[in-house]
Amino acid sequence: MQHKSKMAGADGDDSLYPIAVLIDELRNEDVQLRLNSIKKLSTIALALGVERTRTELLPFLTDTIYDEDEVLLALAEQLGNFTMLVGGPEYVHCLLPPLESLATVEETVVRDKAVESLRKISQEHSPVDLEVHFEPLVKRLASGDWFTSRTSACGLFSVCYPRVSSTVKAEIRQHFRTLCSDDTPMVRRAAASKLGEFAKVLELDYVKSDIISLFTALASDEQDSVRLLAVEACVSIATLLPQEDLETLVMPTLRQAAEDKSWRVRYMVADKFSELQKAVGPEITKNDLVPAFQNLLKDCEAEVRAAAANKVKEFCENLPEDSRETIIMTHILPCVKELVSDTNQHVKSALASVIMGLSTILGKDNTVEHLLPLFLAQLKDECPEVRLNIISNLDCVNEVIGIRQLSQSLLPAIVELAEDAKWRVRLAIIEYMPLLAGQLGVEFFDEKLNTLCMAWLIDHVYAIREAATCNLMKLVEKFGAEWAQNTIVPKVLGMANDPNYLHRMTTLFCINALSEVCGQDITTKQMLPVVLKMSNDQVANVRFNVAKSLQKIGPVLDSNALQTEVKPVLEKLDTDTDMDVKYFAQEAISGKYTTLSIFFLYEVASLGPLHLVILIHFSP
Amino acid sequence: MHLSSISSFIAKGLNTSDIISTVEFNHSGELLATGDKGGRVVIFQQELESKNQPQCRGEYNVYSTFQSHEPEFDYLKSLEIEEKINKIRWLPQKNAAQFLLSTNDKTIKLWKISERDKRPEGYNLKEEDGRYRDPTTVTTLRVPVFHPMDLMVEASPRRVFANAHTYHINSISVNSDCETYLSADDLRINLWNLEITDRSFNIVDIKPANMEELTEVITAAEFHPNQCNTFVYSSSKGTIRLCDMRASALCDQHSKLFEEPEDPSNRSFFSEIISSISDVKFSHSGRYMMTRDYLTVKIWDLNMESRPVETYQVHEYLRSKLCSLYENDCIFDKFECCWNGNDSVVMTGSYNNFFRMFDRGYRQDVTLEASRESSKPRSVLKPRKVCTGGKRKKDEISVDSLDFNKKILHTAWHPQDNIIAVATTNNLYIFQDRL
Repeated sequence: MQHKSKMAGADGDDSLYPIAVLIDELRNEDVQLRLNSIKKLSTIALALGVERTRTELLPFLTDTIYDEDEVLLALAEQLGNFTMLVGGPEYVHCLLPPLESLATVEETVVRDKAVESLRKISQEHSPVDLEVHFEPLVKRLASGDWFTSRTSACGLFSVCYPRVSSTVKAEIRQHFRTLCSDDTPMVRRAAASKLGEFAKVLELDYVKSDIISLFTALASDEQDSVRLLAVEACVSIATLLPQEDLETLVMPTLRQAAEDKSWRVRYMVADKFSELQKAVGPEITKNDLVPAFQNLLKDCEAEVRAAAANKVKEFCENLPEDSRETIIMTHILPCVKELVSDTNQHVKSALASVIMGLSTILGKDNTVEHLLPLFLAQLKDECPEVRLNIISNLDCVNEVIGIRQLSQSLLPAIVELAEDAKWRVRLAIIEYMPLLAGQLGVEFFDEKLNTLCMAWLIDHVYAIREAATCNLMKLVEKFGAEWAQNTIVPKVLGMANDPNYLHRMTTLFCINALSEVCGQDITTKQMLPVVLKMSNDQVANVRFNVAKSLQKIGPVLDSNALQTEVKPVLEKLDTDTDMDVKYFAQEAISGKYTTLSIFFLYEVASLGPLHLVILIHFSP
Repeated sequence: MHLSSISSFIAKGLNTSDIISTVEFNHSGELLATGDKGGRVVIFQQELESKNQPQCRGEYNVYSTFQSHEPEFDYLKSLEIEEKINKIRWLPQKNAAQFLLSTNDKTIKLWKISERDKRPEGYNLKEEDGRYRDPTTVTTLRVPVFHPMDLMVEASPRRVFANAHTYHINSISVNSDCETYLSADDLRINLWNLEITDRSFNIVDIKPANMEELTEVITAAEFHPNQCNTFVYSSSKGTIRLCDMRASALCDQHSKLFEEPEDPSNRSFFSEIISSISDVKFSHSGRYMMTRDYLTVKIWDLNMESRPVETYQVHEYLRSKLCSLYENDCIFDKFECCWNGNDSVVMTGSYNNFFRMFDRGYRQDVTLEASRESSKPRSVLKPRKVCTGGKRKKDEISVDSLDFNKKILHTAWHPQDNIIAVATTNNLYIFQDRL
């Protein structure tokens, strides 16, 4: 169906047919086709030319708001980049009607995208067009019947305010004020979340006169979902005001928020604490925020304590240098000490994820005297997540006091996690092994942890054995091939004689993982003989994994070894009585294996004797 | 009040799937939704005011019908999940479309009901009827154009909130912040964001560590109409707990406990069963709440926990019949209750297709009957009386001749006007006050 015809209008050389299909698919039954078509809207517009895009395509799009969210989302996004396609900045206002209707749909993601596109094209309006076309749209949305349109309006004030005349500016401020006291909490929330952004474009006098009163009102709204958003606005407003005004204009509200009756508001204060701290500056921090932070760390709601605990390090880091140590030692540390034995495990684990960072701030002596006991207590915590968080952040302490101080407690903690009854906990600690190895050094590792790493290779859970294999590879990357040759390769190869065929297979999996990092020499001289010998294994699973391993390590080997040693063995396996062994031998020989089948068959291999039945279905 | 029928919807035959399981007006009262045992939701719309009868608002007609829930089977627990709609709640209107939440025992769904009166016309490569055109005849591009068409009402599922309840959901309630809602089952209450389906927060959990120690279950829960942090839940022991979500994330500790001391003279084997609360509703003002137990409706002032401020007997004459009501399981019926628009009258259902209204100011009460005869247009509902003594006056009905199979469990009151919706087993009657 290749039909070529000349276009009337736009690019004359384009074929009409594909465009006709695209246009027809704008109203196809299938959402996916409609979506594809919308994503190629610029192609359609280009073919139609600017005139027809404005007069026909845009009116059609304006009415399509019945569609699925994903189609509308794509449409809202496309229209943000449509200026040139409707004839450039001169005609950009033609895009307003479809975006206006998209800004009133019920789906927040679509509305937000429409607002984003509106903000984008507002920059392409000339100052005159902005007042003639854009600002009236903002007004219409702001006074719309439904809250969806009023919430959308909140995001548009700040983009037109700087570019309009002072009369219009006054109107915009009035509209924003109205929305801040809207009947519906949704609109007040939208206004509260845009308050900071709006304040940034306002003249300082209006910030002081208008914004502060709105801020104070929103911060004492009857709905806590509105109050908590005022906390965010607090950060931007505080940044805008001169230091001397903060005390009178912002601090009363902030103090009130930090002690709000609703835990969600206090949570927000805790969550934004670092930003607040930067915004209000060192003096207010010392006088006001330190006690407030202490209270948040002792809050009755665990969610608040956890949020505050998360900020301990950042807060301490940002304290004014002259009094940092005193404040931490006298005010913060006592609270932190209590949190170490908190009743809630989320609080403890939030603390554990940052507490180590305090050691760099406090220096060696304080760390040893005050922090070390806390670290040690957390290393012995009943909750594995707390211990894991400590272990994963050891590097900070390492820099300050060296790991030896910790190692005595560290080791039992690691061993305990390594032997945890839950395999997911064991898996988590394995994942930290390479990191620990780097921090503790090769000597300590060989002495204390190597045995653990080897023990995981014979874990009864496959996921652990697999992770242990991968772990070995990462360790070799850290410590080098020579270390591998002396410590782990002999142990791995020793397992090739294990009576359990699963352990023998682990040897093969390890070889698969290690051959590349160990290099040609070790692979050819030490690993290959073992693999070749295993081709005589009595268990078929081991034999076909030999075929797979040979294929895997093939690239590392030199061509001589491939020809003289590998090829004969693969040929022998090709005549095996077991059909799977044969199959993999053939695959290895021809090397035409797809990644997908590796995945499937790898899974199958780990299932043991069932493999035959399943393979019948998977064989290509 | 002089009620007369404006609309009635009588089911043909006696299909169990037609049994109405919930009735709910939207916030303007223009729409009324019912859910049934067959998982369907039917929405009725009030016709515009007719010119010749200005004070009489129009009747309600079917606006949209859709299948909200389908029967399902939980393979892990070998449990059938009924499609019956347990509750419907309308969301405050956010644009031209209407939204409601409907729930069965396990899954809550958000539905959008929207109107469409235009459709696109004009293809490039085919005719409107679907016949393909010869592509060689296509020499110019056509952009589809919207044309008016007959009004079409569409109901489309927007969100499915599933897998959060182990027990049967008995209540859903939208918060006044319009951002969240709660769903309650026998032992837990969860808090959802209306836009997020893959997680909810557990805010109340009364499940004991050992299920053998279970002594009470949650029977209903509702958010305060304007304080977004406050909600209440009632229990099978006749208590109501008010919780403040500001105090902590988990509301296991209530901030108020409403409970009336038991009257020792009325104590019997059935005391605990009949004190179980089947419904709790805040007044529109938010100052009071109403609870329904088997024999009474109680109004509580939120500022007084020790006893209700008003107690109304719904059908005290059944007290002597509790034994037979226990035997035929009627004693476990869950009657709902509702407030009128200005909180001055409350309404609840009873047996024999009777429903009761209590005027709080005048301390008057009335028993009315929803039946095919009473639903004749323009006829005014006559008060009914149940006699308990030996001698039966004219127009009275004896307790012994009440039909316990005919019960009115679900009623709803228009949020502003004196229009009520009453569901008998599978019929729906809508009555209006004639001034």
